[in-house]
Amino acid sequence: MVYLSPLLALGISLVAGTVMFGAMGVPPGGALYAFFVEPLTSAYGWAELGVKAAPLLLIAVALAVGFRAGVWNIGAEGQLTLGAICGGGIALWLYRVDAAWVLPLMLAGGVLGGMAWAAIPAFLKTRFNTSEILTSLMLTYVAALLLSLLVHGPWRDPDGFNFPESRLFSDAATLPVILPGTRLHLGLPFALALAAAVWVMLSRSLVGFQIKVIGQAPAAGRYAGFSERATVWFCFALAGGAAGLAGIVEVSGPIGQLLPGISPGYGFTAIIVAFLGRLHPLGVALAACLLALSYLGGEAAQITLNLPLAVTGVFQGMLLFFLLACDVLILYRMRIRLRNRHPGKAAA
Amino acid sequence: MPDNRPPPLLSLRGMTKTFPGAVANREVDLDLRGGEIHALLGENGAGKSTLVKMIYGVLKADAGRIMWRGEEVDIRDPAAARKLGIAMVFQHFSLFDSLSVLENIALGLAPAAWAGRGRRNELRSRIHAVSARYGLPLHADRHMHTLSVGERQRIEIVRCLLQAPKLLIMDEPTSVLTPQETSRLFETLKQLAAEGLAILYISHKLDEIAALCRRATILRGGRVVDCVQVADQNARSLAARMMGEELPDADLRPPAAAATADRPARLEVAGLSRAPAAGVAGGVALKDISFAVRGGEIVGIAGVAGNGQDELLSALCGESPPKPGDTGCMAIDGQACALAGARRRRRMGLAVVPAERLGRGAVAGMSLAENALLTAFERLPLMSHGFIRARACRRFAAAVVARFKVKSRGVDAPAASLSGGNLQKFIVGRELGQSPGLLVVAQPTWGLDAGAAQAIGVALRDLAERGAAIVVISQDLDELMSLCDRIAAICAGRLSPLFDTRAVSVERVGLLMAGADAGDNANRAARDAG
Repeated sequence: MVYLSPLLALGISLVAGTVMFGAMGVPPGGALYAFFVEPLTSAYGWAELGVKAAPLLLIAVALAVGFRAGVWNIGAEGQLTLGAICGGGIALWLYRVDAAWVLPLMLAGGVLGGMAWAAIPAFLKTRFNTSEILTSLMLTYVAALLLSLLVHGPWRDPDGFNFPESRLFSDAATLPVILPGTRLHLGLPFALALAAAVWVMLSRSLVGFQIKVIGQAPAAGRYAGFSERATVWFCFALAGGAAGLAGIVEVSGPIGQLLPGISPGYGFTAIIVAFLGRLHPLGVALAACLLALSYLGGEAAQITLNLPLAVTGVFQGMLLFFLLACDVLILYRMRIRLRNRHPGKAAA
Repeated sequence: MPDNRPPPLLSLRGMTKTFPGAVANREVDLDLRGGEIHALLGENGAGKSTLVKMIYGVLKADAGRIMWRGEEVDIRDPAAARKLGIAMVFQHFSLFDSLSVLENIALGLAPAAWAGRGRRNELRSRIHAVSARYGLPLHADRHMHTLSVGERQRIEIVRCLLQAPKLLIMDEPTSVLTPQETSRLFETLKQLAAEGLAILYISHKLDEIAALCRRATILRGGRVVDCVQVADQNARSLAARMMGEELPDADLRPPAAAATADRPARLEVAGLSRAPAAGVAGGVALKDISFAVRGGEIVGIAGVAGNGQDELLSALCGESPPKPGDTGCMAIDGQACALAGARRRRRMGLAVVPAERLGRGAVAGMSLAENALLTAFERLPLMSHGFIRARACRRFAAAVVARFKVKSRGVDAPAASLSGGNLQKFIVGRELGQSPGLLVVAQPTWGLDAGAAQAIGVALRDLAERGAAIVVISQDLDELMSLCDRIAAICAGRLSPLFDTRAVSVERVGLLMAGADAGDNANRAARDAG
């Protein structure tokens, strides 16, 4: 039943979406078609789905590991931004170098940048027991401002008419496209490989076992001698690295330069993806596709129906809301009590 | 004999409950009158818990009728049961860790009893009054996570008594109490019964039932095999009816304690002091604890709940590294281990059975095979290159299940699906299966029936005879006296000297548990000799 909950949530979201489109004066059938079907009527559309799903899957599958361990990293968006800054910085620094090692160096820089950013809440949590939810989330905004500062200032394109953008990356610093004629890049294979690796780790390895034990029963983890501290570090490093990779993949792939806004909220959407996929790599992969479709659908609805882009956010929000509601109603029974049925004196 | 008394307070007729794959109760009948203390006896998995859960409205019967004062009632949920006047103390407690004692008790009461500061103060004084009157010391403002198992049980009992019930169901209530506390509780129960309360008393301790109960209903395999007058029975005949076979005789102690006297110590603890865990109000500091356990020897540590047993257990098993200010030396087989973590100590030969089974000794949602891996991977070949050998885990779990006759739906069943006693057998079996050189056990037989308790006792003695050193931390003094070679008591974080269990009386240890001064010369000599 718990595994059906995401499907139920999706169904309710579609119904609510129908009502919403109707209320906005758009024929709901056509709107839903434009949102969910039309993007997938061409090969190019499928490739775009892969482009959007890749960062979501990369981040969400790593976040799912942390959520299994009870490590609540909400700041993947910031870690993604730092990955883009570090990897992108290398691309700008090696602007004139045309060598095969530039791209691997950038990817490594992106991973390390994301890890470094994730290390801050990990340190604060293990050293001072601060809530990682707050620290990781707040660091997201610091990261966004840091990127903004860089592209408005030192890294601004000298030939860019004062737009807050970096140079376009050189060819050596651009992620290769794996399907000619589309924008589908190496990010998708990276994401699929990570998902497979996490699957094996969670189901077969001692590390995965440790993570599940600590998440389900911290006292049992201590009793077995598993280190909570090491688990916090591992989860943050994994998620930070994956988010950093997603960041550098985005800027060296579809975007090709550093901009103030490089992500349409992948780091936050990945949280929805992780929970919608029931924290299981296979489920996360399916959920990543669905949420990627919501990005495509939002763009399509904007173009063909003149609907605001916020429709995407509304759909993602509804999906999470209904998922949480379904989980609560599946696991708990609701009882409505009109009056207090145990009035008056307590027996003494 | 014509019965013109009023109808029984509670009558069960034909109660039947089936779980997938097993019949837990089959046509159980039972009559219970006000003022009666009625024992419900049976082995682990005989269906006792299922039966009382149906009475308390936690489970729904497949068939059967419940009559309350002669009228058929439908007990849909525990609230309905409480409304009738049925209260229950569960074996697994239902308390919230993040709340205080007062708040936990308030949760079981109507808002009218606690809404507002004035009512809360009133409730606080009622709690203190009830706990003082019935000999269950409690402090209403302490937080749950700071309390030991024994103290938590007191809360459950006080919570029930506050509701002035007509029928009180108690599932293994005395397993964590000292002999003195137990006899005080029995006085309380007898007093309550004299006031007209009916008590349904589940226990495996046959001597308790003999001391307390007039009648006993014996369950075996989900059926009532007998309903007897306790006075006509003795412990052996009750056990025989419960198990369907005669209990074999077993003297768990070796013929002579001197046999191990010249062996080297396998565990040495010297001057161990620990500050109470940070942020835990009411945690107990360990003060200058020294003792040594030789191979082949079982040492018991007696004590009332909350006197430092939890802290001693975690210091011995290395769960948390020592903090600045903590002092003391510890050695396993002569190797210093005070700074070693739990996993390193396991490699050095340590195995541990904690008191809390679900959530610490086992992960509730994981299968038995996974729970077998939890501690066994250090000493058994269950891993290769960081990867789990799933088949080896299943084989090990199956071996534990078979050796200790753990009733389960196989090694893929989640730990939470086992009854408390069966889970304990599994955990003990998992630790013993690692052939440890040193075993630390807390509450080894809590909640186990006589047969299972004896099986565990025999297994512990067997391990000791193969040369291992064993430390048993328990609040069950009778168990310790029958199992251990030497015994000490812990009180307020201090450990008394060790005494030979043949040479010391139960009363003496009871006094030590209560903190009577143990510092005279004779005792010093006993410690030096030990």
